[in-house]
Amino acid sequence: MNSITETLLPPAEEANPVGGIDQSAGNFSYDVKYAFDAGTGLSDKTVEFISETKKEAPWIREFRLNALKTFLAKPMPTHWATKDLDNIHFDKIRYYLSSGQKPKRTWEEVPDDIKRTFERLGIPEQERKFLAGVEAQFDSEAAYSNIKETVSKQGVIFVNSTEGLREHPEIFRKWFGKVIPTGDNKFSALNSAVFSGGSFIYVPPGVKVSHPLQAYFRINAENFGQFERTLIIADEGAEVTYMEGCTAPKFSTSTLHSAVVELVALKGAKIQYITVQNWAANVFNLVTKRGLAHEEAEIKWIDCNIGSRLTMKYPGVVLKGRKARGEVLSIALANDGQHQDTGAKMIHAADETTSNIIAKSISVGQGRSTYRGIVHIPRHLKGCKNNTECDALLINSSSRTDTYPAITVRGDRHSVQHEASVSKVSEEQIFYMQQRGLTEAQAMSLSVNGFVNELARQFPMEYSVELKRLIDLQMEGSVG
Amino acid sequence: MSQLEIKDLHVAIGDKAIVKGVTLTIRKGEVHAVMGPNGAGKSTLAKAIAGHPDYTITSGDVLLDGRSILEMEPDERARAGLFLAFQYPSEIPGVSIANFLRAARQARLAEGEEIDATDYYKRLYQKMDLLKIDRKFTSRSVNEGFSGGEKKRCEILQLAMIEPLFALMDETDSGLDVDAMKIVSEGVNQLRGPGLGILLITHYQRLLNYIVPDFVHVMVDGRIVKSGDKSLALELDAKGYDFWVKKGEPVAK
Repeated sequence: MNSITETLLPPAEEANPVGGIDQSAGNFSYDVKYAFDAGTGLSDKTVEFISETKKEAPWIREFRLNALKTFLAKPMPTHWATKDLDNIHFDKIRYYLSSGQKPKRTWEEVPDDIKRTFERLGIPEQERKFLAGVEAQFDSEAAYSNIKETVSKQGVIFVNSTEGLREHPEIFRKWFGKVIPTGDNKFSALNSAVFSGGSFIYVPPGVKVSHPLQAYFRINAENFGQFERTLIIADEGAEVTYMEGCTAPKFSTSTLHSAVVELVALKGAKIQYITVQNWAANVFNLVTKRGLAHEEAEIKWIDCNIGSRLTMKYPGVVLKGRKARGEVLSIALANDGQHQDTGAKMIHAADETTSNIIAKSISVGQGRSTYRGIVHIPRHLKGCKNNTECDALLINSSSRTDTYPAITVRGDRHSVQHEASVSKVSEEQIFYMQQRGLTEAQAMSLSVNGFVNELARQFPMEYSVELKRLIDLQMEGSVG
Repeated sequence: MSQLEIKDLHVAIGDKAIVKGVTLTIRKGEVHAVMGPNGAGKSTLAKAIAGHPDYTITSGDVLLDGRSILEMEPDERARAGLFLAFQYPSEIPGVSIANFLRAARQARLAEGEEIDATDYYKRLYQKMDLLKIDRKFTSRSVNEGFSGGEKKRCEILQLAMIEPLFALMDETDSGLDVDAMKIVSEGVNQLRGPGLGILLITHYQRLLNYIVPDFVHVMVDGRIVKSGDKSLALELDAKGYDFWVKKGEPVAK
């Protein structure tokens, strides 16, 4: 049995220049003894260790080693992004840590220290309340993975990527790396080399999963890199909602989270993918997310970024089939020391495809939010539509927001709308609310909640409640 | 008996003195009207009492039930029982009137105590019926795209729901609009009573045709130059402000 030692981390590390977020709910870690540890730094050996530990087929091992080459060959994208990326020390990161590769099917079997973590985060409770299935990843591997029997009986597969590759290679291999090729960007290459964990979901034709499937990603170890890989396939006419949450303790050193998420919606299928990202303020969150929507299919990304030190994430949809629909609803909150560089990509590749992007960002204190978007409609298509709305809210005069919308539309048979706004919470507005009895923090919270309200209403109830709670916590920490 | 005492209050914006020694006591249940020409410092007086950060109190004191409120934050003053009806209320996009008022009432509960939604809506609808406000009104965002009259209605509804001890009503410029004036006066007449003291700030005597004050004060150049009962308002109407301006100090610009 592992001994349980809890390390309580100081609420605000002085050594860490990144402050401001109340991470108290997730700011704890347990001293876990890892049976599998790839050590520090990245080389062929690291990749081979991971592949061997997972007892992978030779093609996966080759895939990983090639990806490592691509990663090493690609330059950092600092020229268009941010110099903060240069502060990631790839040689100091631990790339694989786990206590075993086989997730447990019941919480009773999960080792005490890990179970305790997820209980503290309320995962088993949420599972009982409103979820169709849960996967709980602890550092590199899923510690728990379960799907309700009613759902698995419909033929729905919901396992982690390690199991998916082992037990369903015929489906997995067909789509793996097809939506996001290894060389898409430096971090998708890194993920392809060292990926571990993440979900594999397959929903058979016509099956509509009534409740959401949820994955929870927890980083427990310091100097760790989490590289989950998620692949979701909704077969013809199928429907599924997937939600992910995440937390990490706030260490004084930086942590890297770099996921790759690929979605495939076949003819008439619908996938809704919801993220509430609440990483600690020392986490670099560099994630590539893209979906492929076939004829009349619909992919919707709901993406909320509250935590992390730097997030770079632009969920995209490739609208491959006629009448496919893509949507990104995005909320980003950048507090002191945080940079949320988020946005959306919509690639129209068939007639009568529709895309919608609504992005709202809030910058607090020294926080910086950036919207970066691509909408591409080529000349030979007809009847494509895009709507892009980007609204930014600045809380303080030192807050910063930038918008880089790149909308390329060729041909004259399309309809495109773009609106952008920047507003500021004024002192008058705060005074007005204070005069009604709200504290300054409550007043700011209410302004921010009002700003995102219309968008948050489109989220499932549990998540809009969670979002509101996180905003309240953030604003509480930002004044006084 | 609850009372709001303003004692020799001096207020400045930056280096500029605006209110130059106002003394006034309002007891619960009384309606005081403060009248005066533009630039006399009437709005400044109200905002300074409410704790607006742009106004500096250079000397004097404001006591609520014998306790100075000058060290209190604006929200603490509000929770202690002070309400300011704004001349130009702010918009709060995306926040419905119902949710805003709920947050305001919630802020008055003890830590950990949660507002009872059923009670809250019952009370809200009661007040809306009293003030003849359409039910749909409260699902709109606070003041967003409101007409002048709607803004007044929203302020009066907030006053009714928050139930302060004292209301400072800054109606300086808005007396021009007859509809707005009626909304304010009907609201005040509905809500006035032994539990509420009102300081009604107005530029135009006309408002006092609808609201009969217990006391009238004439404010010129940062000072109250004359106090009396409601008949003073009529006198003022007949003689105009110039009469006092000439008698008193020149009007500040």
